[in-house]
Amino acid sequence: MAQNNNGEIRYLNPPTVEVRKKKYCRFKKAGIKYVDYKDAEFLKKFLNEQGKILPRRITGTSLKFQRKVAQAIKRARSIALLPYVTDLLK
Amino acid sequence: MLKQYETVFIATPVLSDVQMKEAVAKYTDLIKANGGEVVYEEDWGLKQLAYSIQHKTSGFYYLIEFTADPQFVATLETQYRRDERILRYLTVALDKNAAAYAEKRRNNKLGQKAAAPAQEEAPAAEEETVTE
Repeated sequence: MAQNNNGEIRYLNPPTVEVRKKKYCRFKKAGIKYVDYKDAEFLKKFLNEQGKILPRRITGTSLKFQRKVAQAIKRARSIALLPYVTDLLK
Repeated sequence: MLKQYETVFIATPVLSDVQMKEAVAKYTDLIKANGGEVVYEEDWGLKQLAYSIQHKTSGFYYLIEFTADPQFVATLETQYRRDERILRYLTVALDKNAAAYAEKRRNNKLGQKAAAPAQEEAPAAEEETVTE
């Protein structure tokens, strides 16, 4: 016991430190400049199960491309490629 | 000044092949008659709609890329609205990046049509840019 008291805390189990992977904008990384509204399968990556647009904080998309993604999804919805509301999209 | 546009419309699924061709011809002729030029056409065929429109669950999709005078878009959309065969339409102006994407996509599709073995290469290349 006396050995452990020299300023260092020791645990029985090492505390788990979560190492979070840094999020990144997939458009910037891949150099995509235009988000296509015709590609519904791709746009589904930015929707949750109810067909709502996922926030940037989850997908990691930059603001510039989040706006473009949102625009593309809304266009796809208007020509019935994507649903406005649904359950169990995926 | 001509601008580049892209229009998608959904026609009712009750149309026959001939009637569908007629409808397409009507709009391509309209574009040409107003000093525009049809750059590319694509038939997506009968597709399931994500939600029902006018109690219909499927429709014929058709994509036309064209250049035209900006004032022409209003006349085109009026024609769409008057046409009972059209369930839905969307006309989008293509900016610099969109035009570049459209051209790449067009060449991709044309390449696929020209040579069937190239079919495997083209979508794979597209996926790479998309997923990473």
